[in-house]
Amino acid sequence: MSVLPYLVAAWLLVIGLWGVITSRHLVHMVLCLGVVQSSTYVLLLAVGYRTGGQAPIVSSSVPPSSPFVDPIVQALTLTDVVVEATVVAVLLALTVQAHKRFGTADPNALGALRG
Amino acid sequence: MMALLSLAVLVPILAGTLLALTSSWERRRIAAGVALAAVLASLVLLAVALGRNGGGRSVIWWGSWPPHGRVVGIDFAVDGLGGGLALFVTVLAVPALLMAAYAIRASAQLFFGACLIFVAAMVGYCLTGDLFNLFVFFELMSVSAYVLVGYEVRKRAPLEGALTFAVTNSVGSILFLFGIGLLYGKVGALNMAQLGVGLHAVGPSGLVYVAFALVATGLLVKAAVIPFHFWTADAYGVAPTPVLILLGGVFSELGLYGFARVYWTVFDPALGAHHDAIRAIFVLLGLATGLLGAGMALAQHHLRRMLAFVVISQIGLFLVGIGLLSADGLAGTAIFLVGDGLAKAALFVCVGVVQLRCDAIEERTLHGRGRRLLWPLGIAYLLAALTVADLPPWGTFAGKALVEDAALKAGGYGWVPAVMTLISALAAGALLRAGLRVFAGVGDPAPYDERFVHEDGTQGGGEDESDVSVVLPGALAAALVLASLAWGLIPGLEHAAARAATRFIDTAGYAAAVLGGGARRATAPAVPPVHGPDATAWLYALATLAGAAAVAALGVAGRTLPRAAARTVDAVRALHSGRPGDYVAWAAGGAATLAGLFALTLS
Repeated sequence: MSVLPYLVAAWLLVIGLWGVITSRHLVHMVLCLGVVQSSTYVLLLAVGYRTGGQAPIVSSSVPPSSPFVDPIVQALTLTDVVVEATVVAVLLALTVQAHKRFGTADPNALGALRG
Repeated sequence: MMALLSLAVLVPILAGTLLALTSSWERRRIAAGVALAAVLASLVLLAVALGRNGGGRSVIWWGSWPPHGRVVGIDFAVDGLGGGLALFVTVLAVPALLMAAYAIRASAQLFFGACLIFVAAMVGYCLTGDLFNLFVFFELMSVSAYVLVGYEVRKRAPLEGALTFAVTNSVGSILFLFGIGLLYGKVGALNMAQLGVGLHAVGPSGLVYVAFALVATGLLVKAAVIPFHFWTADAYGVAPTPVLILLGGVFSELGLYGFARVYWTVFDPALGAHHDAIRAIFVLLGLATGLLGAGMALAQHHLRRMLAFVVISQIGLFLVGIGLLSADGLAGTAIFLVGDGLAKAALFVCVGVVQLRCDAIEERTLHGRGRRLLWPLGIAYLLAALTVADLPPWGTFAGKALVEDAALKAGGYGWVPAVMTLISALAAGALLRAGLRVFAGVGDPAPYDERFVHEDGTQGGGEDESDVSVVLPGALAAALVLASLAWGLIPGLEHAAARAATRFIDTAGYAAAVLGGGARRATAPAVPPVHGPDATAWLYALATLAGAAAVAALGVAGRTLPRAAARTVDAVRALHSGRPGDYVAWAAGGAATLAGLFALTLS
């Protein structure tokens, strides 16, 4: 099992966070959040991967004893994607409102609340 | 039991979905009725389930997939503290929905729908025994909270508050999930009991520390522990009052509950040899959070932001109680949390109605205007503020006395109650100062705060809107304060809480109950002897009350801080920049620091 997918997951996590922290546009910020989230997809799929394993579908030609990749992490990843879609939808709706009402989508222009 | 517990979550979810689907009807009263009925149903179901539980532990398996050596199904594992907290969620949801029926006009049906989903997610979160299921409920309650905070999306402050809230908390959730992924990779399980057994078998390692830091970060972002707390004031300062009752009363606390649950079930078996280091880290973190929250509350003149920082200061105290890692500390926290949650709900109602009626939220512009409102409102506010300062015999007094007792017994933590007293005195002093100015018109008006100007360049303060009735909120606030008093008067509460807390931290018993099989132990663990508040507790409570009175008196008299202290406060306030990017940077740095601390101290 290669270490590469774990490195990719860690890299996505760090670079996505860097993007969120330094972002100058709300849409960019939301997409960076998506990059951070995809680090968890890569991590989960890497965790469940088996070398030489096949898709976890048992049928008459594929006996249950043959090697499978872990189906649980795939279910988790799917759930994760749904969660991410919900969060992105809410955030983008707020972004659209911010742009419509206040003519800006720069997170640094926020700050009616501080101190 | 299966039907009771599953319906307690399903009824509010289904009712909420129904309200959202039919939202174009816009029948405000019917929606309020449906929402109240659903929440009351959930409340009754949970109460019956807890009664049948009789202080024990119930485990139900969804779809009847019990474990056969290895857990594949998802379970609810309900004990006194988890089930009790779920019950408290539904109890607080009742005043929240009543306030919503009173205050929310536009798209009320959608609002009630979102509230129900929010409540259902919180209930499920308290009951579940599966780590990934916990995460899903965590996300569900977070997303509904984002929507509810940003409900008045046409105004600038709520929009900004919701954005900051959503971005910061999403990052927290992702780190949480990353930690779950690492744990699954290490152990191959998601059930908390099985994870604990598996981690115990593989022993602590670098990966376990990183996973612990990531999971803790996700939960502590929710709980608003420093340095993860920055979003809290921005979100709670602008949330509609009904939502604030749930957010400040129980939502933040759920982050701590999750932390305690995950620590005791998943990590304690592997890290149990390092109790001293873990205790030191989390007690200090709790005290730092409490001091920051109390200091920032004192610096605020925006009443809602002040309340938000009081929430943070109390979270710090709760974390101290949990971080002591003892049954009596945990029991005290549970009692403290409920008494305090009810009192804070009363404060939110009072401030919310003043804001509605006077169209202002600044201490300066509101000076003395509370006098024209119904008098019970002012009394309720002041009593609730004193409850934050441990007023005997309110519920906070008994709870905090137990936590202090646990600190004195812990060895080396005898100085902790003094700091806790200082935190409560500062936080309650800030509340009292504002209350005396607003509801009694005592002293000079507060200084002008240039940080908060409305879009028209003023600090608000139009004419009173006398068509806003204050009867319902007045009664509600009084009822909440009385409930907090009644909570403190329940005989034998300490013993019941100590029994529940002992069960909560009995990791082996939890694993045996969930996984079944031969590991079931013959003897239950010993419940530590607890007693009601003794002379020491009265001493601390009197010191807290005197301190709060002194802080309030100095504040009302217009005394300012010495220059050096004022500069420190200004520097800390400047860190709360309102920019989500900065807050995410703090959270990421905090997660890395936690991981480093664990690696240094636990290996």
